[in-house]
Amino acid sequence: MLMACLMAGVVLTLMLGQSFTPLTTVLRVLGGADVPGATFTVRELRLPRAVVCVLVGASFGLGGIAFQTLLRNPLASPDIIGISTGASTGAVFAIVVLSLSGPAVSLVAIGAGLGVALLIYTLSWRQGVTGARLILIGIGLAAMLQSVTAYLLMRAPSWTLQEALRWITGSVNGAQLDQALPLFIALLLFGGLLFSRRQDLETLRMGDDLAAGLGVRLGVTRAVVVITAVALVSFATAVSGPIAFVAFLSGPIAARLMGRGASLLVPSALVGALLVLLGDYAGQFLLPARYPVGIVTGVLGAPYLLYLILRDNKTRGTL
Amino acid sequence: MPTCSLKLHVSNRSTAFTGSAVAALKQHAARRMAGGAVLLGLLGLAAMLSVALGARNVGWAEITAALSGQVDTMGDAAVASRLPRTLLAMLAGAALGVSGGVMQGLTRNPLADPGLLGVNAGAALAVVIGIAWFGIAETQRYIWTAIAGAAVAACAVYAIASLGRGGATPLRLALAGAAITAALSSLTTAVVLPRGDIGGLVQSWMVGGVGGATYDQLLPVLPFLAAGFIISLLAARKLNMLALGDDTAAGLGEKVAVARAMSAVGAVLLCGPITAVCGPIGFVGLVVPHACRLLAGSDYRWLLPFSALGGAVLLTFSDVAGRMVAHPAELDVGIVTAFVGAPVFIWIVRNRKVGSL
Repeated sequence: MLMACLMAGVVLTLMLGQSFTPLTTVLRVLGGADVPGATFTVRELRLPRAVVCVLVGASFGLGGIAFQTLLRNPLASPDIIGISTGASTGAVFAIVVLSLSGPAVSLVAIGAGLGVALLIYTLSWRQGVTGARLILIGIGLAAMLQSVTAYLLMRAPSWTLQEALRWITGSVNGAQLDQALPLFIALLLFGGLLFSRRQDLETLRMGDDLAAGLGVRLGVTRAVVVITAVALVSFATAVSGPIAFVAFLSGPIAARLMGRGASLLVPSALVGALLVLLGDYAGQFLLPARYPVGIVTGVLGAPYLLYLILRDNKTRGTL
Repeated sequence: MPTCSLKLHVSNRSTAFTGSAVAALKQHAARRMAGGAVLLGLLGLAAMLSVALGARNVGWAEITAALSGQVDTMGDAAVASRLPRTLLAMLAGAALGVSGGVMQGLTRNPLADPGLLGVNAGAALAVVIGIAWFGIAETQRYIWTAIAGAAVAACAVYAIASLGRGGATPLRLALAGAAITAALSSLTTAVVLPRGDIGGLVQSWMVGGVGGATYDQLLPVLPFLAAGFIISLLAARKLNMLALGDDTAAGLGEKVAVARAMSAVGAVLLCGPITAVCGPIGFVGLVVPHACRLLAGSDYRWLLPFSALGGAVLLTFSDVAGRMVAHPAELDVGIVTAFVGAPVFIWIVRNRKVGSL
């Protein structure tokens, strides 16, 4: 069902835009035909953007659900505890200070994301790690990293608003197909690795002790899940910046759609892809001015976070 | 008058204290005196450094010359332009320090800070909307708008975090603050982005700074800050009561709702106008009261004045540090305070029992 929605979403965003392209034309262009007027719009403008949206969204969705499941807390998603912010700071550092471009930026972003994840974990270690401490320390670190990003951006010689917003709120403006390939490979590789651990991840939901009793090797599973999730989020961030709240929202929405007990990895990835795709479309065409996708998801995501807090207040949940 | 009887009771008991307890009290008072003296000394030093150092370092002669009104040399001119900046840094630091202290008392929450609770983001959004849609341009109006925005955001965050059972725990407040901040800054960007003429504002609302301050900007802020300081100091005794818990405070005759409202007004009057003039400066309100508790103890009647001094010292030194680190360019003071503040934030989180988080 989700898959169908996503396909429909992709096709619709290929058809709609500043000018309308009929479905048949879109299909002919995708099939390789040269249609004057439509080929450029669809193949050069809309297709790269849609592909990048889907890949980035899926990566964020996977990274988010992996963290949320591992830490058993819906708030422990990489964008709230500062990991995407760290990757974004790394990417900006690579571009502004080291003057890198292309895959090297992704590598630095991943390094920074992993470093921040390790730092948060070490700092919140005090006779064990509790979710609350980890989240709070993540929020503190994120605030600091944001100011580093802002500083680096202001020092940048060619400071442009759009470019800066990409690294602060996330944007897919100017997406290119050649950005999509490494992202696709990363998604296949790390997503596959995560998928191979899905049984263990499911078992972990029941609690560390029970999972260990059921034969899950906790250390190995944790390491694999954290590294793959951080890598996914960092790869995506290196392309689009930290798109606000996508990682945080995808898992819970998927859980709501799928019901209890279902495996959430694939649905979360699909929901993430849909969120970014539709958010980007809304930001481009449905609002009075053109906004980057991160602003749309930022405004959408905050009410959900507040709802979580309110609901938790009533039920005395896991917060 | 139950409160009066409590006071009598306490003072009776204190005269009946044994010698060692009196000695301890004296030691406490001595520490306060020493701490106050040290803070004042540091403030003087910070002010001097702030006037003397920068892209162009000036000597003593030029400072005195500029202070007596001469603007003959480049150095004199530099001093003349750094004076309002230094004043603003001191005022902003004092206001944010006191505001943070009041918020920590009001919410009984060690992590309260105007930046982390989204209050600064509320002020920023209100000002940006005012500029973009209503064309406000005078500092006076900025300030009113910022105060309104700060007040709305503060109420929203506090209400969301404290609804339901369990009240406003630090984690809930921090999360509600983070969520509101994310949403408000998205909205701020959304308001500014389509307006090419004010696009540069996005940059100035991302990080707060005191660079380029003028007396014209400074003067309109003063009455608000004065009112904020006075209200906060008047609320100090009430904050002491609130620290005992709502039930105890009510039992002792304190009107809890009035106490909360009054402290909140004081805190917002302090941080709103500062955000209007400087932009969002985080972590000062978090760090300063914690540091000052070591010197002044937890009595808010002492803690708030100490926080004013401490905040002024911290922000002025941070501003000087920002000028030295990136010499000859400048690092906005909001970035420096984030670097000072985040480690302190983490330290506080690490050192509290999980149950109380």
